[in-house]
This record gives sequence, C-alpha cells and structure tokens, in this order.
Amino acid sequence: MSDTVTVTIDGAQVKGRAGQTILQAAEAAGIYIPRLCAHNELSAHGSCRVCTVLVNGRPQAACTQPVADGMIIENNTEKLTNMRKAIVEMLFVEGNHFCMSCEKSGNCELQALAYRFGIAAPRYPYLFPKRDIDFSHPDIYIDRNRCVLCGRCVRASRETDKKVVFEFTGRGAHRRLGIDAAADLADTDAAVADKSVEVCPVGALMRKRVGYAVPVGQRKYDHKPIGSDIEAKRA
Amino acid sequence: MAEKHVYIEPVTRIEGHAKVSIYLDEKNKVKQARMHVVEFRGFERFVQGRPYWEVPVLVQRLCGICPVSHHLAAAKAMDRIVGAKKLTATAEKVRRLMHYGQTFQSHAMHFFHLASPDLLFGFDADPAIRNVFGVVQKHPDLAVQAVKMRAYGQEVIKATAGKRIHGTGAIPGGVNKNLSLAERDVLLKDVEQMVAWARSALGIARDYTTAHLKELAPFGSFDSNHGGIVRKDGTLDLYDGRFRVKDAKGSMVIDQLDPMKYLDHIAEEVRSWSYMKFPFVKSLGPGKGWYRVGPLARINVCDRIDTPEAEAARVEFMKLTDGKPNNITMAYHWARMIELVHAAEKIRDLLHDSDLQGADLVVKGERQFEAVAVIEAPRGTLWHHYRVNENDQVTMANLIVSTTQNNEPMNQAVMKVVQDHISGKAEITEGMLNHVEVAIRAYDPCFSCATHALGQMPLVVELIDVHGNVIEKRGRA
Ligand code: SF4
Ligand code: FES
Repeated sequence: MSDTVTVTIDGAQVKGRAGQTILQAAEAAGIYIPRLCAHNELSAHGSCRVCTVLVNGRPQAACTQPVADGMIIENNTEKLTNMRKAIVEMLFVEGNHFCMSCEKSGNCELQALAYRFGIAAPRYPYLFPKRDIDFSHPDIYIDRNRCVLCGRCVRASRETDKKVVFEFTGRGAHRRLGIDAAADLADTDAAVADKSVEVCPVGALMRKRVGYAVPVGQRKYDHKPIGSDIEAKRA
Repeated sequence: MAEKHVYIEPVTRIEGHAKVSIYLDEKNKVKQARMHVVEFRGFERFVQGRPYWEVPVLVQRLCGICPVSHHLAAAKAMDRIVGAKKLTATAEKVRRLMHYGQTFQSHAMHFFHLASPDLLFGFDADPAIRNVFGVVQKHPDLAVQAVKMRAYGQEVIKATAGKRIHGTGAIPGGVNKNLSLAERDVLLKDVEQMVAWARSALGIARDYTTAHLKELAPFGSFDSNHGGIVRKDGTLDLYDGRFRVKDAKGSMVIDQLDPMKYLDHIAEEVRSWSYMKFPFVKSLGPGKGWYRVGPLARINVCDRIDTPEAEAARVEFMKLTDGKPNNITMAYHWARMIELVHAAEKIRDLLHDSDLQGADLVVKGERQFEAVAVIEAPRGTLWHHYRVNENDQVTMANLIVSTTQNNEPMNQAVMKVVQDHISGKAEITEGMLNHVEVAIRAYDPCFSCATHALGQMPLVVELIDVHGNVIEKRGRA
C-alpha cells in the first residue's frame, strides 16, 4: 500500500508506484509525455530534455525524475510544447536531416515528433555541419548526419548486447558518436542483430540493404502520431 | 560596326531556367544565337558515398517535374547492382504503371499549360491573352480536362509510388507494394474518360498541325538524327528497351545499343560558351552526331506502337513524311499527344491486368559494381550510370538527361527561328521574341534537371547590341 503514490498530471489524478519515473507512471496511465532519448528497454539517460515537465512549477526531466506523492505535474501545456518544439527544431538544424529521401522517414521518432508538434520549418538557421558516415561494416552503417546523440545505442550495447561498441567522444558542440575501434565500425564486434542497431530513433544507425522495403502508408507513423499507442491506453 | 545582342531570358512557359542570347549587327542581322544554361552538377557530388538503395529516392530531388523518371531510371540501375536480371511480372508492371502515369500527367500538363496558348491564340497574339489564363477563359472545358488529367496521372503515381512526389515504390530488384484492388478500382473508374480526353487532345494537336502545316513546317525546323529506346522488334517502349538512332532520312545509325555500352557510342562535347554539354554519336562526330530525343524522336525511330489508337495515330503521323523521319520542330506537339494516348491506353490495359495484384515483389542475384540504365522520360531518353563499392556506397554517378541531348537541337531551332523571323527586321517585337520561345517550348525542356541543380531555375531572353548593351529583355519571375 505504501508503494502507491498519487500525482496530478495536467489536473488528472494518476496513481503510480514508488520507484517509477514520471514518464513511466504517466505512460501506464495512458498519458504521453514526448521523449527522444528515453527507451522503455534501456536505462534512463536524461540528455535530450524533450520530456521536460513542470513539477510543482519547476522543470524536470520526466524520464529520470521519480514520482513522489502529491506532485503537481504539468505536461501538455502550450509553454512546454513550445519548449519541446524548440528542442526538436534545434536538433533538426544541428544535423543534416533530409526527411524527403531518408530511408527512416515514416519510422523516425524525430520526424514523428516534428509532425506531432506541427513543425513546418525550424525557426533557427540550418547549420549544415560536415559529418561523416561509416559504411565499413558489411551489415550496418552509421550516418552521423542524422545522429541526435541520444545515447540509446551506447546504452543498448552495454546493457543488452553486453558489448562496448559505442561511446561518445568530444564535448559540447563537438560531441559525436564514437566507436570502439581506431576508424571503422567493421573493426568492432558490432553485429546486425544487436539491440543497439534496433533502438536508434533516427536513421543514424541502420541495418544495410533494408532501404524503403516498407511502402509509404504502412510505416510506423504514417497514420497515427507518435504517442498515440500510449494515449490509446487511457481509460 | 554596331553589333547588338539579344537575350531572351527567361523563356517563359518552359520548366527551369536558361538564357537565350541573340547577337545582332548594325543592320539588325543576326550574327549568332545561342541558348545558355548555367550548369550546376550538384547531384553527382551529392550522391557520392550514399548507399545505392537510397539513390532512387534521393535522385528525385533533381527535378520536381519528372521525378518518377529519375526514380525509375535509378531503380533500374540498382536492379543491376543487386543482380536482379529479370523482375517479377508484378514488379515490372507496377513500375510501368507508375511510368505511364508520369508520362500521362507530364504530357497533359505540357500541352495545356505550356503549348496550347501559342497553338490556340497564335505566336503573335497579345501576351495578355496568350497564356494559360487565356486558355481557361476561352476554352474552359480544356482547362478542366487538363487539371483532371494531371490529377489522374498523379493518382496513378501515388497508388504505385506511395506519394505524388518523392515516392519510394521502386526499390532495387523490384517494388515495395503492388496495386491493391481498392486502388485499382479508384483508377479504373475514370480511365475511359482519360483515354477519351487524350484522344481529343490528340485531335487538337493533329488538326492544328495539318491546318497550319505551311507555316509550321519550316518553323525552327532542321534535319537531324533522332534517338529513342525500342524493344528488340522495334516497338516503342517508354520504360525499357535499347537505344536506337536514325538519321534525318531514316537510315539506322545505332540500333539495339546495350545501355552498359553507351560510353562506346555516345560522348558529351563541352563548348566554352555553354555549361550544358552536347551529347553526340561518336561514329558521326560532334558536328554531325547530335540527335533529338523526346516524343518526336521516339515516334520517328520506332517501327510500331503496341496500343491500337496510338498506333493508328502514328501511322497517320508518319504518312505526312512518307514514312521517313519527321524533322518539323512543331510536330513535337502532335507526337507528344500520340504518346499521351499511348500512355492512357497502357494505363487502361495495366489496370485490367491481375499481375498487378501479385505478391512477388523483389528479386536479387549476384551483386554487381557498375550499372547503366536507360528509360524514356517524358522529355526524352534518360541515362543513369553508377558505380557502387563493396561497402554499398555510390562512388560515381553520371546522368545524361533528355534536355541535354536536346541542347544542340534547341540551339539549331533557335538559330533557325532567329534567322527567319528576327534577322534584318527594323524593329524587334515581343511577338518575334516569343517565336524563339515557341521553338524552345516544342522540346519541353527542363533545365533544372539538365543542369543537375537541386531545384528550379527560370529562363531569360535578352537582346544586346554591339556595345554589350541589353536593348531588350524579357522573362518571368
Ligand atoms: S546513432 Fe542513433 S541511437 Fe546512437 S546516439 Fe546517434 S541517434 Fe542515438
Ligand atoms: S527523454 Fe527524457 S531527457 Fe530525453
């Protein structure tokens, strides 16, 4: 009994269990809190800040903050949505995301967030950075143009695959996805069945030769916005 | 001593951007007329290092006008890369349907929006009426048909490629979807109407051409070679076949050219004054080896068409020149409408073919590292050539698009019109300059993909005197 906590999310009473994060408790109650670096099968990372909510008026990352009894949480407000939009827009201009020809289009969480938020064009200027690609591995490729540095692959490699294929290098604007080899992904023990390859939210870490096998109209986010599956659970 | 220079820039009602310069001497006699295009080979660099399966989708960014032709040409090249020697019946037919949808909408749009103002109102008519709005006012029925035909073509594209623009339908070795019965039924509902409208458009183009033959025959006309792809038996095939070139009299110059060997037979000449290259048949040399492509050239080189109405129209068309190639620039419009009917008939036939509902979509074979594919885009023969390394990355791309092959022909047409209609005239009128554009428009050029720019460019015509002063300039924003 002492296990149960009650919080308020956008005015609705939500029951959660102690130890759950706000994101998890909300999700169990059918409330979608937008997120990017968080993944249900991986430890929380708290880096992208897309999941930011106001807890008793203070901004917190819902994916790392545990629920506590009596919390007043704001999630779906204009101010928060606008801030989340800004984050997503920054991610767009910071990389080279050409949705029109990207094979992840329709299955991409970054694109899906942009659609959900109704982003037509980013408010910031594109940076068009020079990023490298790594096609050395026979079955997997990295396209850093599309990497949003969410760290899902880094965590999945350690936590699920029990390998250390990926690691971040550099700081701040120079942060990039590094690999456990001098130069080529081919020289790591990455394998096509690795969890790390499956969890990338964008088209940065991909299986080769899959391409556009799934037609437009049958892709993950073609018909329903991201988060709809969670919202469908709401009683 | 005083030399004038006329530029026509941008040529209105064509797709893309180019500049025509007409150099006059002090007596307003033409010294030279040239069509320049600013080339920007962005795509060849852009595609470097990208995975081969991405190219058919990526390449559509080259051109907003016929993206499907590039999509399919690249997919055909990538079929070779994945070792798919023969596609499944479903895959080939879905792609064909997509392609005929593209041809149908492109030809319909060109005829009504770009060509018909000149044909319905005359080349010298007041530009205030000689435009698509004029057509809408005077022939509202035609305008409605044009819009609906275009929309129909786009529906065909959407049903096969997934989207109206930038679809993903053709993938290396096949397609990613078939045509569902529901999609088929929607398209079937209007297909007879489309055939009927195409037939009436053909009637307009034919009647116009035959009625005005005396003025049209010499207009921007010249003898040339003609090129296009045909099947083994010489039948017209817009989607797949081998390249054939006939000379102005109808003698075979090249036949059944294996696309993989195109470099042995076709070269591109670079001229100092133009960024757009000049392709030619090697055995004839750059001076004589250039050739026209597109509807007129295709009807000229093929032996037959495999749909009845278009075949009857072809026979009638060829009668005009006793079965020899037709070298009349303005006959492009008529030829284009024969193909419009052909595309409509093909769409109808395919919609009745149950292979389109098949489930076998993709084949693969032994991986290859270099591929060339050829297809007939609405504007003419389109070549895509790629090299792909063991890591699946494109290392080289070379495209020869239809407008580039029509570069010398358009320059010839411009020179002819300028000599016949502008040279030596005391005053140069808007109508005269429009004549230049009319000749260029017959070729339905698309300068955005000819220059491999990622985007679109408009076209300008300028008239400049001996001192380099622009004395007349026309164009559109
Ligand atoms: S490769 Fe993908 S999963 Fe890995 S950090 Fe970049 S975006 Fe995240
Ligand atoms: S999802 Fe919470 S910080 Fe990224």
